[in-house]
Amino acid sequence: MNRVSGALDRLGRAVLENVEEMGKILLLFISVLAWMFRPPLKLRNIFKQMEFVGVKSIFVVVLTGTFTGMVMALQGYHGFRMFSAESLVGGTVALGMTRELGPVLTSLMVTARAGSAMAAELGTMRVTEQIDALYVMAANPVKHLIVPRVIAGVLMAPMLTVVSDFVGILGGYFVGVHILGINSGIFIKNITRLVELNDIYNGLVKAACFGLILSLIGCYKGFNTRGGAEGVGRATTEAVVLASITILISDYFLTAIMF
Amino acid sequence: MIKLIDLHKSFGKQKVLVGIDLQIEEAKTTVIIGRSGGGKSVLLKHIIGLLRPDRGQVLVDGTDIAKLGDRDLNEIRKKFGMLFQEAALFDSMTVGENVAFPLREHTRMKEKEIRETVADRLRSVGLTGVEEKMPSELSGGMRKRVGLARAIAMRPQIVLFDEPTTGLDPVMTEAINRLIIDTQKKFNFTCVVISHDIQSIFEIGDRIAMLYEGKIIEYGTPEELRASRNPVTVQFLSGSIDGPIRIM
Ligand SMILES: Nc1ncnc2c1ncn2[C@@H]1O[C@H](COP(=O)(O)OP(=O)(O)OP(=O)(O)O)[C@@H](O)[C@H]1O
Ligand SMILES: [Mg+2]
Repeated sequence: MNRVSGALDRLGRAVLENVEEMGKILLLFISVLAWMFRPPLKLRNIFKQMEFVGVKSIFVVVLTGTFTGMVMALQGYHGFRMFSAESLVGGTVALGMTRELGPVLTSLMVTARAGSAMAAELGTMRVTEQIDALYVMAANPVKHLIVPRVIAGVLMAPMLTVVSDFVGILGGYFVGVHILGINSGIFIKNITRLVELNDIYNGLVKAACFGLILSLIGCYKGFNTRGGAEGVGRATTEAVVLASITILISDYFLTAIMF
Repeated sequence: MIKLIDLHKSFGKQKVLVGIDLQIEEAKTTVIIGRSGGGKSVLLKHIIGLLRPDRGQVLVDGTDIAKLGDRDLNEIRKKFGMLFQEAALFDSMTVGENVAFPLREHTRMKEKEIRETVADRLRSVGLTGVEEKMPSELSGGMRKRVGLARAIAMRPQIVLFDEPTTGLDPVMTEAINRLIIDTQKKFNFTCVVISHDIQSIFEIGDRIAMLYEGKIIEYGTPEELRASRNPVTVQFLSGSIDGPIRIM
């Protein structure tokens, strides 16, 4: 009996903590919105973050995108061959990349690279009192630190997704046409037949949402770091885990709404 | 002028401040002493509104900052400069950008003017030609001096120092003490200094306040403190392990 109530107690507390955390992230989002539209915008900080989130992620995004497209072509080929429908490989690769794998994989890579770095940077600034120093100098940390990162996340995730879609399809083309011997014209024709502009567009909207999620959670975890170097490590891990989970879960709901 | 009235602060069950009453005189240096973990940093953070008291008032020039909203608090904060214990320099910016930060944030100075002001502030803490360095390339003593330059960049009326000399070698300690005394004289600002270093306390303090078990138990000039018969003060100043201060 006692053990049951103890377990229930713990469960209830965990649920409450999570709800409370979600509320706090939402409040942070609102204050980011409020500060975003209050001039002067820190353009230099924004460009710096865009370079960090975007430009410096291109390599990993290209790598993961290419190989994902390649493996999809390979898998699809073996599946479709059973129905003699190899010609559909191009279309499925393109559809899969633009709708799902492009935005999701890109966002997960950016979470691992940039979301974690945001948490670590802000966490370090917190435990070394740099955030207190901002307050003391009458400068708002949300405006200085979080707004540029969130803007960079929302803008760069879709741009990287475009890159990922493109190289993914290219990788699929390479494997499908050059290795597996599908006719090049049919491969391309099926892409244009199956993929609509809306697929690409919705994928980019998804990516923007994921960019918001990963930057907001990274900043939130970093900003609320407690307890020295260990706390920074914990904040970084929690940011990556929470952001990845949130991206995958919200992907389902976004897909349900969009397609 | 700063006045703390009946200040209380707890973190969870831990009572850190239990009724602080302290008046900080204008254009003087007030040193706050007390044991490690006694709540000195917490007290200092109340003065600039980084922490809010559970009860009591923090009066800065007559305004109770404990009750102010963010915007009004920011106006008050412009009167302050603060040197943090570990300097708290922004490590993504160069030394020059660090010192320029409050100027860029709150003035409409031209770039040339900013550069001159930064050089001037750095010179007054004994540093030249370090503008392009990153904080990670500096020694602890240099970081503190840059922190001081940043704290006085705006010529604030009040400067707060959290353990400016802890962890420095004796020569650097002396240099920082000189720096505090000289800049205080030069700009005539109100200084609040937290320190553990007994020698520094008597060197720089016009007034000394002893914080013990959440209260100010002793306040006066250095001479008055030296002559104190309060067993806690006597033990603290002599650094003896025998006395009323419990080690654990
Ligand atoms: N933000 C906080 N949350 C919880 N507890 C805190 C917080 N800040 C300080 N404390 C606690 O308050 C007590 C006083 O801390 P404070 O940093 O003021 O000590 P101090 O007098 O400055 O010590 P030192 O001389 O070692 O710097 C400590 O026990 C500390 O654990
Ligand atoms: Mg302290």
